[in-house]
Amino acid sequence: MRIRLDRTVCDGFGVCTKHAPGYFSLDDWGYASLIGDGTVLEKDHDAVTRAIMDCPVHAILTLGEYRPPDAPPHPEEVEEPELKTEDNEAEWGFVR
Amino acid sequence: METADAATDLTIATWPGYTPRLLRDPDTDYAAYVRAGGYQPLDDPDTLLEEVDLAGLLGRGGAAFPLAVKLRAVRDNGWRAGGTVVVANGEEGEPASIKDRWLLRHRPHLVLDGLRLAARMVGSDRAYAYVSDALAANSIEGALSELGGGFDGLAVNVVTVQPGYVAGEETAAVRAINGGPAKPTDKPPRPFEQGVAGYATLVSNVETLGNLPYLLRHGSHDFRAAGTSASPGTFLITLTGGGRLPSLYEIPYGLNFTDLIEWYGVNPDRVGGVLMGGYFAGLLNRVVLDSTVDHEAVRRLGSGLGAGAVSVLTDECPVAVAASVMAYFDRENAGQCGSCFNGTAAMSAVTSALRDGVATQEDLTRLERWSVVLRGRGACATLDAACNMAASLLVQFPQVVTRHLDNDCDTCRESTYAALRPYEVEAVVTV
Repeated sequence: MRIRLDRTVCDGFGVCTKHAPGYFSLDDWGYASLIGDGTVLEKDHDAVTRAIMDCPVHAILTLGEYRPPDAPPHPEEVEEPELKTEDNEAEWGFVR
Repeated sequence: METADAATDLTIATWPGYTPRLLRDPDTDYAAYVRAGGYQPLDDPDTLLEEVDLAGLLGRGGAAFPLAVKLRAVRDNGWRAGGTVVVANGEEGEPASIKDRWLLRHRPHLVLDGLRLAARMVGSDRAYAYVSDALAANSIEGALSELGGGFDGLAVNVVTVQPGYVAGEETAAVRAINGGPAKPTDKPPRPFEQGVAGYATLVSNVETLGNLPYLLRHGSHDFRAAGTSASPGTFLITLTGGGRLPSLYEIPYGLNFTDLIEWYGVNPDRVGGVLMGGYFAGLLNRVVLDSTVDHEAVRRLGSGLGAGAVSVLTDECPVAVAASVMAYFDRENAGQCGSCFNGTAAMSAVTSALRDGVATQEDLTRLERWSVVLRGRGACATLDAACNMAASLLVQFPQVVTRHLDNDCDTCRESTYAALRPYEVEAVVTV
């Protein structure tokens, strides 16, 4: 498993260092940075997964094995998705 | 030849004995640019890429990364990602630099010619000119309209953003073009892996691109006739400070710093130090006068040429300059990474207190520690720049720092140095 930490998202909760102290370090204000290149050893898989799951702002992401993606379409070719108006919980709760 | 740019009070010159490659007469006119040898046909992009490699052309945006390596990475990733995009980065966030805006305003066809060649080398049919300066945007739009909006099967769009120190960072360029704010994203992925619309993207500084038409016409051997073996060619340097008007020079790498500063019009005896690489690489004391102006020599001093902006300190107190630059970082960081917005604020507070003669030894100890432990903790290089400033102040000017602990700096007592953007050449023109 390989992970990355998005430091623009990290909000300094520090949960990651509690679960996987070998992979994250905190600065003086509690904001995290990744230690190493993000490669997770098999023995640490569970602890790092816990850190990923418990991060309140989802700042830790797993990097999948590299697979050649399908060619992304040109933006001009992307059609605007139709706005969902039914069965939309947020809309039901807050707009209607 | 030395000329004055009336609009900006800028002196423009090329080092004596050298024919300018970049700082030539303005070529806002397509026909004039073609008459001067521009827009030469490119038969084999791979051969040009080989020439770029042999020339050892380094990026001029600040990182001095070999362009050929970047081109190959984008081209190869593009095969997997289904396409490539090229971006001419002319968003000059560095206040002490003017070179990119000058090139875009006065030599738009040179930049577009370079962009076209880069696009061919990576196999791209989509390009962007990414700028914040309104005059630069007008100039490049005008040049594009002469070309009918594109050329060589390449569609070029101009993207204009609000100026900012972080807006010129390559991931900020990609993010802005993709419709987001002009602020950096964390890596990976880097643009050469995944950039504009998910394609492998070449983000290249406009000066870097401006070297490609010369390489196509003259080849790598001629290119290497100027400069050093590790820093080949000529480059644009913005000199500020020393009581002189700002100057934009094209010089070969490897000159003596003393000769350059004398040419700029400042007596080397008056030089107390320099601010290197704009605001990025920190301060150097008079040791700089024994160095040469090339990446390897400046790196040996623990500093960097960055985007080729050097500010000469004469009467200014280096602590006051550092405090102003640090306050700038505190204000102008992207406000995204906690380590950065907290770290720059904390280091700014200490350097300001030091300037005002109220800092303690404990404050200095903290500043020194932060300059080490905060390095690399931001998504972009702003925090590293602040660390460079703090570390270089402490290492290069220890006696001046000690005097400030005792509130014993005559310069700071006599007058308050409170430049919001020290050595700024010219505010970015926005509409």
